[in-house]
Amino acid sequence: MKFHKRLLRAEPSFRLLSKLWSISWLYVLLICTLAGVGYVTLYSAGGGTPYPFAAPQAARFAVGLVLMITVAMLPPKMLVRIAAPLYVLSIILLVAVLHMGHVGKGAERWLMIGGLQVQPSEYAKVALVLALAAWFNRISYARMGNPLWLIPPAFLVLLPVVLVLKEPNLGTAVIIGGIGASMFFAAGMRLWLITLLLLPVPYLAKFAYAHLHDYQRARITTFLNPESDPLGAGYNIIQSKIALGSGGMWGQGYLHGSQGQLNFLPEKQTDFIFTMIAEEWGYVGAATVIGLLLLLILGGMLMAIRSRNRFGRLVALGISMNFFLYCLVNLSMVMGAIPVGGVPLPLVSYGGSAMLNVMLGFGLLLSTWVHRDSHFGESENQDQT
Amino acid sequence: MRLRRRRRESSRLMPIKNQKDPGRGVFTRRALLFMAIQAGALGELAHKLYQLQIKDGDRYARMAASNRVSKRYLAPPRGRIVDRYGVALANNKENWRALLMPEETTDVSGTIERFSTIIPLDDRDRARIAREMRHQRRFIPVMLRDFLSWEEMARIELNAPSLPGVLIDVGTRRVYPEGELLAHLIGYVAPPNERDVARSALLALPGMRVGRAGVEQSQDEKLRGTAGSVEMEVNSVGRVMSELNRVEGMPGAEIGLTIDRGLQQKVLNRIGEQTASAVVMDCRNGEVLAMVSTPSFDPSLFDSGVSHAQWIEWTNNERTPLINKAVAGVYPPGSTFKPAVAMAGLQSGLFSPTDRVFCPGHLDVGGTRFHCWSRWGHGSVDLHLALKYSCDVYFYEMARRVGMDRIAETAHQFGLGTALDIELPHTRTGLIPTPTWRQAHHHHWNGGDTIVSGIGQGFVQVTPLQLATYTSRLATGRAVQPHLVRAMNGDLGPEATPEHWPELGMPDKYLAALRSGMFAVVNEQHGTAPKARLGLPGITMAGKTGSAQVRRVSRALRESGHFNSANLPWEYRPHALFICFAPYDAPRYAVSVVIEHGNTGADAAAPLARDIMTDTLLRDPVNHLTPPPESVATAETPEADTPPADTPE
Repeated sequence: MKFHKRLLRAEPSFRLLSKLWSISWLYVLLICTLAGVGYVTLYSAGGGTPYPFAAPQAARFAVGLVLMITVAMLPPKMLVRIAAPLYVLSIILLVAVLHMGHVGKGAERWLMIGGLQVQPSEYAKVALVLALAAWFNRISYARMGNPLWLIPPAFLVLLPVVLVLKEPNLGTAVIIGGIGASMFFAAGMRLWLITLLLLPVPYLAKFAYAHLHDYQRARITTFLNPESDPLGAGYNIIQSKIALGSGGMWGQGYLHGSQGQLNFLPEKQTDFIFTMIAEEWGYVGAATVIGLLLLLILGGMLMAIRSRNRFGRLVALGISMNFFLYCLVNLSMVMGAIPVGGVPLPLVSYGGSAMLNVMLGFGLLLSTWVHRDSHFGESENQDQT
Repeated sequence: MRLRRRRRESSRLMPIKNQKDPGRGVFTRRALLFMAIQAGALGELAHKLYQLQIKDGDRYARMAASNRVSKRYLAPPRGRIVDRYGVALANNKENWRALLMPEETTDVSGTIERFSTIIPLDDRDRARIAREMRHQRRFIPVMLRDFLSWEEMARIELNAPSLPGVLIDVGTRRVYPEGELLAHLIGYVAPPNERDVARSALLALPGMRVGRAGVEQSQDEKLRGTAGSVEMEVNSVGRVMSELNRVEGMPGAEIGLTIDRGLQQKVLNRIGEQTASAVVMDCRNGEVLAMVSTPSFDPSLFDSGVSHAQWIEWTNNERTPLINKAVAGVYPPGSTFKPAVAMAGLQSGLFSPTDRVFCPGHLDVGGTRFHCWSRWGHGSVDLHLALKYSCDVYFYEMARRVGMDRIAETAHQFGLGTALDIELPHTRTGLIPTPTWRQAHHHHWNGGDTIVSGIGQGFVQVTPLQLATYTSRLATGRAVQPHLVRAMNGDLGPEATPEHWPELGMPDKYLAALRSGMFAVVNEQHGTAPKARLGLPGITMAGKTGSAQVRRVSRALRESGHFNSANLPWEYRPHALFICFAPYDAPRYAVSVVIEHGNTGADAAAPLARDIMTDTLLRDPVNHLTPPPESVATAETPEADTPPADTPE
């Protein structure tokens, strides 16, 4: 046993094998299960055929899986080193998309790079997690008490938030802000400072509402009273609720959901895919999917807690928070609990950019798990005796 | 060893104070807080989902079903209109049209632009498309162009990839195979307007048409039928996915007319280019066998929309092609009114058929001189001669003594100046003036008004159909009503039997006296209408001429001796009228002819009426169940080259 471990550590190729072995395959299995749910649902959304949704999505997942496992092999040292360039690249892409991006449905923006649609806002979330984790890893926990050290990372968060807001994509901006805030908090931001910062929030909210786009405001008003405009802005929410409700406990049966199959559901293959699951598989199926999502989120959080280095902890937490916020916004949206905003359900919804970036995130998460015991950063020096 | 220690250390989940890794405790506590929030949030969503799916499930399931099932109404096919032998006069034909589904194209105006390069759209089309586009939901197709030809459809299909949202659909259009021949009778259809739709929801269905004139309008409800319905599973954009239930509607009834299409054609040919109208009636039951008004118009132009220029042309034409002169043209009856005056005189008891009146060529009443048409007068005339010569003085005198009220009463009994039961819209009642009517319009009724009314001039106005009805009633003594609808879906109504119609209540001997006077007009020497004599062996007809002045002839002109109405401009010439029935001894057919500005009834209207009557007698439509073969019928028409021998006057 010992020999075998030593052998693996000695030989780089063996070390790679050992790393592969130490990936949490249970977690990978959970990811694959969720992607499988997505495949099955997209098959139904395509009218009972693999095209146009299910098959391309499966291909993307396969690519994503390779990407994830590759990233999972990267040691935290390297991740810290590439954090800054990746972040800069993400900002460049965000600026580029503002000037030369394609606009879809008034909100989502993408760039065409090498024939691929790239949504920089998706990628920016992952880049931000890395950058923040690298920064907080660099300044020690002790320095968290000094607000001056928190100003640069605050800018790290605000920059993509502002750029994404300008796209304008409110949903993603909120998620980016949420990720940033949760990482500040987890990194050990002092409570007195948090209290101080939260005090002016109500006033800021009022100011923000005044500067929202008309369509964003329409979403908020129709959210408050969807029946006010049943065929216009409230249409999506009402149709979504009808589809959810018609599912009942056991659902209408796979490939037999009337609302989804008859196209009453808007964007059933992307943002509203959860409604399709709920309609065809009923509450049982939908609750199972929610359970699966929660397992992935809590699993990621446990990996964060388990990590023995600050960088890994923060990366894992950021990725998990990203995944959680994704799910929260999307599910609340389809249930009519928050205003609609183009946020897909990760791994399940049709779409390449979101899928690859989620898999990239899971790759980082698994990397922190693989390197959970690596002493790194401030603790690394002490341990290297 | 180190490995093992590390493991043990890390298994402590919450190192409260870890010197080597400061902040880990805070991180762990805060991460656990996050986990609690995450679990709580997703739990709350699961709870909310439970409410939506299970608690309110029934309500939403019902909403889902109503989302899914769409009930649509099916436009019933409009009933056909056929003639008395079943020949189609108004029919339905497939109409291929190009529709645009606005939601299926990202660039509506671009698609329309590309479409117009393939199939030209004029400004009217564009304006209509833009209007419909504004008013309709995006999943309701908008009609781009209809009445597409095969070639146009092929061009659209060929360019389908560049025309997203354009689809081709088949509807029906109304076709009138006989075109101008029956335009006034059949009328035409047009898309319903908003008031129509407000009256009947059925009309909101695409493809429904409303009759706008003629039988199409008067029988609209019967022709329309009742809508069927179909329940369909539809998707969110209203596209039909499958059919669940279908209830067939009732197609509109087939209306069988009394018209004989072949006879109608012959009458039209006889009239030729003249501005005239003629009515042929079965005088025993009032069936209208032919009703012609010239000039006519092409009714099919209305279904696809009449151009502005065409409309102006029609409405400014002094020959009024859009008006059915047989029911909506009113004319002074002139001398054709005389039998009615005579009947009033006889029924009053003041005159007997043998009473004589001396005609010196004029009658002086209260300082006014009323001229007879003959400057030299007719001498002493009784009723028979008065009718035969059409002596004006006799009827001046009769009218003067009998009074206008009695004349009006009798004229109304004959159907003159009354609203007839003909199945046509926009008919006019004409007028038999009375002192009461005149006073109602704040004028004084002069004795002279009565006298000119005695020869059907002055305020008297009647329609050609009223003249034909009058002739029929005179010939049969029954109060027949003219009608156009003979059968519905092949079932004859009771109107076809003569006994259905009540007696007029006029003494037979008086009617016989009038008929014999009218016989003399045509058949005796010195009658006014020798040109109306039939060239058929064993059949004679009786008739009455009429020439109605449209302008007062001044004394100076009359005394100049140069007066000849044929030299007047067309619009000032008198109308030429003729009424007749045949056979004389067993009346079967009645004909009335009015030629606008035809000058004299004897020269213009009488020969035309004779020809029409000859055609009618040869075809004898009331005694045939199938139309006679056209070629045989024309070959057997001899009167064209064998005019009746003119009696020297």
